[in-house]
Amino acid sequence: MYQNNVEDFMKIREVNVMRLKEMKEKGQKVVGFYCTFCPTELIIAAGAIPVGLCGTKEDPIPAAEEVLPRNLCPLIKSSYGFAATGTCPFFHFSDLIVGETTCDGKKKMFEIMQDIKEVHVMELPNLNKSGPAFDLWVDEIRKFRTKLEEKFQIKITDEAIREAITLVNEETKGVKKIADLNKMDPPPLSGIDLLTTIWSRGFNTDRKEIIGMLSELEENIKDSTQVSGEGENKGEGKRESEGEGKGKGKGKDKKKTRPRVLLTGTPVGLGSEKVIRLAEEKGGAVVAMENCTVYKTLEMQTDENCDDPIIALARKYINIPCSCMSPNPDRIELLERMIEEFQADAVIDLTWQACHTYNIESFAVEKLARKLEVPYLHLESDYSNSDAESLSVRIEALLEMVAGK
Amino acid sequence: MIVIGVDIGSVATKGVLINDDQRYYLMAPTGWSPRQGARDIIKGLMANCSINRAETDMIMATGYGRVSCEEADKTVTEISCQARGISALYPAARTIIDIGGQDSKVIKISKAGKVSDFAMNDKCAAGTGRFLQVMATALGMDVSELEEEEDPEQTIGINSMCTVFAETEIISLLAKGKSKGGIIAGLHQSVARRVTTMARRLKAEQDIIFTGGVAINSGIKRAIMEELQTPVTVPEECQFTGALGAALLAAENLMKDKNST
Repeated sequence: MYQNNVEDFMKIREVNVMRLKEMKEKGQKVVGFYCTFCPTELIIAAGAIPVGLCGTKEDPIPAAEEVLPRNLCPLIKSSYGFAATGTCPFFHFSDLIVGETTCDGKKKMFEIMQDIKEVHVMELPNLNKSGPAFDLWVDEIRKFRTKLEEKFQIKITDEAIREAITLVNEETKGVKKIADLNKMDPPPLSGIDLLTTIWSRGFNTDRKEIIGMLSELEENIKDSTQVSGEGENKGEGKRESEGEGKGKGKGKDKKKTRPRVLLTGTPVGLGSEKVIRLAEEKGGAVVAMENCTVYKTLEMQTDENCDDPIIALARKYINIPCSCMSPNPDRIELLERMIEEFQADAVIDLTWQACHTYNIESFAVEKLARKLEVPYLHLESDYSNSDAESLSVRIEALLEMVAGK
Repeated sequence: MIVIGVDIGSVATKGVLINDDQRYYLMAPTGWSPRQGARDIIKGLMANCSINRAETDMIMATGYGRVSCEEADKTVTEISCQARGISALYPAARTIIDIGGQDSKVIKISKAGKVSDFAMNDKCAAGTGRFLQVMATALGMDVSELEEEEDPEQTIGINSMCTVFAETEIISLLAKGKSKGGIIAGLHQSVARRVTTMARRLKAEQDIIFTGGVAINSGIKRAIMEELQTPVTVPEECQFTGALGAALLAAENLMKDKNST
């Protein structure tokens, strides 16, 4: 039974808040980050703990709107709101916050966040295929290293960075293995379970522990899908005979499972998972999420043999196919591969309100979906539940389109 | 086979009963309770045809109130229903423009009569029946009188997209002594522009069918044709095409079940 493993992941946040408190009392340094562009390897190499910060729940948004404009991405408002209201324990325990100039909304919000706690903003270039942009990014990573050294009065050795690179690479491989299990039909993990597992891991203080948890989950899923694979066949036989008794010929087409949905677009986490929940309630199976909180970075490994580990890190991070990059063909290429490998029957492209980069890039995603002849749905929403009904009509109609194909 | 399709919209509830090849239609305002509105239509249809619930093989509900219909055996979205209803009436149809009380949508249909793509606006009242209703009130008219009074020759462009601001704009236009007919033509243009932008984005193809309560207004049809520069057809039963689709999908469902046993 791997449901217990998923529950362990769900408890990560709760467990680690207590752990962090104890560690902080003993002098442990903590660095909070928001985004996958943050080179956490450097934080680990500095002997500090990198922790993901809250930004996926609606609760602190009204407080954020006292400062930020209403018509802004809910992720930015939520992130700021958690910080301003002191309701994110991870923010509370952080000695330093790391931000990047990914989008306009975030970089301007970080300016205001400085008043609450020190934010180190890294200048992320937006043209990731140009030489000068890469040099700038390398420089920014070196500056971050210096920042950590000064802040914590330590020396970060290349050796320590290499060790951290190996650790993070290993964790990423572990996560990817879990996400890839959903290439199976039917998928072993529901969309919600997949998100719970992959998103929650960012809140854990111990990377080695996470690697262990991931491989245990993987083993248990593999075991139970093999066992239940046989069990399912028996079960299905049973269902068929019952069906005959009732005079309803259900399940004659054995291959016909729930429509496989691939989610892409803006970041999602627990608290902002409503589209995944709706899609699964309406009978779909969200098998994969290209979003940065799940799959976007999972194929990326830092080169462990590079002479300069900073260059190796820069190379990995600058290639994250986020919509803040221009142009961003790597995302479309990744999506094309994912649609095929995960055998997606439909694509849902979610844009948080006022996220211009993902909103505009939806044009390219739609073009890809049309080329691959996969039904496509673009949704624009926020963290509230006020549009649940209008979202569900669209999602239901999309699933009906798949069923009618 | 006897099936009923019921389309519970924000303004009106529409029902279609199919008894073999006979079709019966019934419509009433939804009122404050979509559950009661649907019940009344279903009961009304059965009474008109002297049929009871036991004789009815399936009831399929659609529209925004579909989940509150207690009598329904199944529900399906209005998007699939419109496609089914229209492809039964017009096999050559490839695009549906539907404007209802609180939303507007564009649906593309494949040669096989299935939904191939759709877009929907239901975030705000602009471009819906509700918009026209508010504007008619501001003009001191009933929404049904708008089409007769419009004067397309003197169309006055309405700039405000938002229903609330458009109302203010109209009041100030009236105060300036602008022609009422020109303002109405401008309102029709405003509704048409909203939906035709959506249609162009979806690359609408002919034949284009215009349905929903707003399709009764010939001024909107005129404005849509002007915007798209293509002919648009409004079915006689333009308010019932969703309910008809629901009934036809119910019949298909029953056939499928029969075939598989």
